[in-house]
Amino acid sequence: MDAKRREVLKTGGGVLALAAAGVIRPGDALGQEWNKAAFDTKSVAETVKALGASGSTPSSGVEITAPDIAENGAVVPIAVESKLPRTEAIAILIEKNPNTLSAEFAIPSGTDPFVSTRVKMAETSNIYALVVADGKYFHAVKEIKVTIGGCGG
Amino acid sequence: MADPMRIRANMTGDKVEVKVLMAHEMETGLRKDASGNAIPAHFIRNVTVTHGGKTVLSAQWGTSVSRNPFLHFRFKGGKPGEKVTITWLDNRGEKRTDEAVIAGG
Repeated sequence: MDAKRREVLKTGGGVLALAAAGVIRPGDALGQEWNKAAFDTKSVAETVKALGASGSTPSSGVEITAPDIAENGAVVPIAVESKLPRTEAIAILIEKNPNTLSAEFAIPSGTDPFVSTRVKMAETSNIYALVVADGKYFHAVKEIKVTIGGCGG
Repeated sequence: MADPMRIRANMTGDKVEVKVLMAHEMETGLRKDASGNAIPAHFIRNVTVTHGGKTVLSAQWGTSVSRNPFLHFRFKGGKPGEKVTITWLDNRGEKRTDEAVIAGG
């Protein structure tokens, strides 16, 4: 614990600047993987690249369930289901948020290729569901109109 | 210490349906307080769900997952009475683990 605190102090000067990007060290020290490069990306193309693909193919096998209009951008329910065989991962991307990538889920065999969660949206934007199936990347897009943004303050 | 997660794990057919509500502020780091100072980011980065020693879902999250995150998914291979264990870890190194017993359909 002590060492962790020291590390924070040591990098303290940078933390203020880095905190904006959501980069603070201790998590790394606990051995959990977190794909900082991907979460720092600011466009759909960059995110797809950071997740290891040169591009992805639109697919009707990927389904996004979400409202057409979200009254409150702070809580937008999004469910993604993949009908593609051997789905390994599902990621949710929000095109016009300050950081594009919202969440990434690894789907082991035995778990349904389905996740549902709630995300924050800064403004009206396209949502991309990116699915890795059998080593290939596929996606679906849905536009959600936001009446009140979720990242203001 | 963060508040406990609220977990529901129910059999639906041959699958276990898991719904989780976590207590976390999920602060983006982009907001400012009343005096104009940036509020530091504080958010869950990793979520791991295990059943019988096997990981049934693992997630990496950014700051745009909503405050008090909700998660819903399904997996095969669970039976009523068995346990589902969920752990989250945030960007400050805080973590919390909770478990729930799978209820019959």
